[in-house]
Amino acid sequence: MISSSWVSIGYLISASLFILGLKKLGHPRTAPVGNQLGAMGMLVAVLTTVTDMYLKGGAHWELIISGIIVGSVIGYIMAIKVEMTGMPELVALFNGFGGAASALVALSESWKYIEDGNLILPSGLELEVLMIAAGLSALVGWMTLTGSILAMFKLKGGVEIRGKWFRTPTWGPSWLNYVKIILTLAVLVLIYLSISNPRDQEILFSIIIISSILGIIIVLPIGGADMPVVVSLLNSFSGIAAAFTGFIIGNSVLIVAGSLVGASGLILTFIMCKAMNRTLPDVLFKSFGGSEKETLTRTKVGSDAEEVAMMADGAQKVIIVPGYGMAVSQCQHQVKEFADILQEKFQTEVKYAIHPVAGRMPGHMNVLLAEANVPYDQLIEMDDINPEFPECDMAVVIGANDTCNPAARSNEGPLAGMPIIDADKARTVVIIKRSLSVGYAGVDNDLFYEDKTMMLFGDGKKMMNELNTAIKEL
Amino acid sequence: MTPELLIGSITLFVLSIFLGFELITKVPAMLHTPLMSGANAISGISVVGALIGANVAYEGGETLVSGLLAFLAIVLAMINVIGGFAVTNRMLNMIAGKNKRKGD
Repeated sequence: MISSSWVSIGYLISASLFILGLKKLGHPRTAPVGNQLGAMGMLVAVLTTVTDMYLKGGAHWELIISGIIVGSVIGYIMAIKVEMTGMPELVALFNGFGGAASALVALSESWKYIEDGNLILPSGLELEVLMIAAGLSALVGWMTLTGSILAMFKLKGGVEIRGKWFRTPTWGPSWLNYVKIILTLAVLVLIYLSISNPRDQEILFSIIIISSILGIIIVLPIGGADMPVVVSLLNSFSGIAAAFTGFIIGNSVLIVAGSLVGASGLILTFIMCKAMNRTLPDVLFKSFGGSEKETLTRTKVGSDAEEVAMMADGAQKVIIVPGYGMAVSQCQHQVKEFADILQEKFQTEVKYAIHPVAGRMPGHMNVLLAEANVPYDQLIEMDDINPEFPECDMAVVIGANDTCNPAARSNEGPLAGMPIIDADKARTVVIIKRSLSVGYAGVDNDLFYEDKTMMLFGDGKKMMNELNTAIKEL
Repeated sequence: MTPELLIGSITLFVLSIFLGFELITKVPAMLHTPLMSGANAISGISVVGALIGANVAYEGGETLVSGLLAFLAIVLAMINVIGGFAVTNRMLNMIAGKNKRKGD
């Protein structure tokens, strides 16, 4: 792939824009600009490539232009149509497509030689680089595709087939870890074999199939609460796949952009693990399970909406603590309505306490509440809101558990050291939750059993509606 | 790929990985998802490979399937690119609280 020098300069500009874009995406003030710089970098890269083809004369525009248009339209519609609640799933799906695209380019390159026997294969080093890069790109790319799709269904919680709801399974005995290692080694052996049999279809398909299975069994044992970490890791993979594809066609911008995303994605994965007080090997290899089976020996009598409504009357300050359960029942609009009624009827001051890892993805609560038009200045980050709890009359916890479990303050147990929302310091605590069951960490929550705690057992949306009606009727 | 080009490419690869490690340091939690989504859109750079692949493969005439595979790669990569940047933009607008969505 000989490219004239101006093409290299175009790719250099594009790579620089990606670097600046990624850098700026990490700071709240500059993030929107960062995203635009990234998009500009992509535009420069595509324009450079297309112009180069045009100048060289032999471009097949029908294939290229229609591909660009079809992909852009589908992508744009998906991005615009998606509900805010479905955003994490969409990111996972897009990520899978990115991995698949890299793997398909690799497949297309290898398939050329299978399809057209007259095409002369490169030899020596060139062939080795081609087959190794194509094999690794396929391994990482197909793995990213199947892993991301499974992660998407895990974020959704399940699939509906003919009106029946099937929960996405989480399954992974510890021997599965050995299977992962064996399959990875198998693919590496197949890649090695492919160097001496570059036109062998069976090797090619075996690599694709094993890589796809690998993606599934890597994600299968990981619980829903850890999905953000997994999606972030898969994002890193899709970058690496693009970089390997860059080696196949000897293209600098693919190598630079791909490895940038691969490395920064990995760092982001570590940052997210740290915020959840977990380590990456724990997330990936420690089998899930057991925790939910912990038997509960204590009981707590549930409260009802009328009782909570009466407590809310007269409260001067209410802090809402949203969690995973609010996202699942999608009751953010009811929560907003609750806050509005309190403000109008009793002139109550209402704020929201946002835990850094509440919900399915970091920032998930911000996005959900923004969708319900909750004013941005009412969403307060954990460290800023915690000092306010002692003077708060009522903390309303909606579907959150581990993020406000006082057990995290002790030095023992899986939650030890995790920063929490100090909801237990409020004068009254209302918890809306389906049951007393333990959270993801598998630790019983003392907060549920305190005298000042009122439990509203039920689905978030249903309970919020009942609560709103009860307050209106007061 | 000549040995010189290969060494050059490996140099780029290694240096970019180091740069990527340094690029992301402290990121506030609310930006984790947009950052992931934006970086994900950048990984759609494989569209460049797909474009080149589609062009070269189709040229042979006898390599129709390869051309179609590359075409599919263009479509998927463009979904990743356009969808990724658009969705990141939407998220950032919401989180930043400006450009509040009206209607819709």
